[in-house]
Amino acid sequence: MITAERKPIEDLINSVSSYRRILLLGCNECVTVCSAGGRKEVALLSSALQMHFMKEGHPFEIKEITLERQCDPEYVEELVPYIDQADAVLSMACGCGVQEVARRFKEKMVLPAVNTKFMGASERQGVWAERCAGCGDCVLGSTGGVCPIARCSKQLLNGPCGGSGKGKCEVDSDIDCAWQLIWDRLKALGMTEKYEENIPAKDWRTGRGAGPRKIVREDLAS
Amino acid sequence: MEEFQPVIVAFCCHYCAYTAADMAGSKRLHYPANVKIIRVPCTGKVSALHMMEALRKGADGVYVAGCLEGDCHFRTGNTRATKRVAYVKKLLDEIGIGGERVEMYAMSAGMGEVFARTASEFTEKIRRLGPNPARVGRDNPGCATAACS
Repeated sequence: MITAERKPIEDLINSVSSYRRILLLGCNECVTVCSAGGRKEVALLSSALQMHFMKEGHPFEIKEITLERQCDPEYVEELVPYIDQADAVLSMACGCGVQEVARRFKEKMVLPAVNTKFMGASERQGVWAERCAGCGDCVLGSTGGVCPIARCSKQLLNGPCGGSGKGKCEVDSDIDCAWQLIWDRLKALGMTEKYEENIPAKDWRTGRGAGPRKIVREDLAS
Repeated sequence: MEEFQPVIVAFCCHYCAYTAADMAGSKRLHYPANVKIIRVPCTGKVSALHMMEALRKGADGVYVAGCLEGDCHFRTGNTRATKRVAYVKKLLDEIGIGGERVEMYAMSAGMGEVFARTASEFTEKIRRLGPNPARVGRDNPGCATAACS
């Protein structure tokens, strides 16, 4: 999933304080799963903002809507009846959702309420960790299902580096050394010979190296 | 001048604090009528939104009363509630309402005296703090949030 974290309340208060009517938008997908911007988080932020502005004596109206997906135009279209009743939109979706709403409603200010972080997985309740860097040319088949691009601090393809100690990374002792994880997994699979194979230099143009990317499925595209 | 009578919402666990309140009643122990008890199956059921909405709709203080540490009927409900209360405290500080308006307490079903004393002490604390500065809901209790409708 795409993970995100709510921006500090102080920043959000400052970003909406010049508006009177806010449309607070949640998204029912990734940000719901990572507890950053689903229906519950929308209700909680709405409650907090209402209390703050009531205390300040600042007239403030808030309308809450959580879309099925904020990154799909079909769902964003559902906002048409409500958009004119708001001075600005405060979106708790990831950056994709914020941009889709801004693209559809060109004359409406759309503000982000979360910081979009990374593509990750749940490690345990309340903890999410980065797992994929979207490099566009997956190497997981050679690395025992552990990604050296997303999980090695140096993105080494033929690691580990000299900073690996006791299975941890020199950048932070809380970070597992990805190459230690790769080695352990290859051993468990009985495929340690894979470790000896050199992975050639990566062509980063499949990643962000050649600018913004697009996927076109000719059989589906209209 | 008439003394300020705060509205206190107490989320009480069915297995301990609510029974302790019953015990307080059986023992004819006095506690302030300001405390409005909401019985919950476990304090683990109480979300941050429940506490926030209680305050937004007019409560001056909110507390959650659950089982003693290690005694939760559902094993970890009270520890989850403790973390949520801490989260709401921080949020209330950030929006300028003040985190001291919410609190977490632990007691067993037999602790009627503790229930009565806790209710009295928390009510006095909130009385000293004064009215909730965001009492939007007291005149207009309608809930504007989708999660409450």
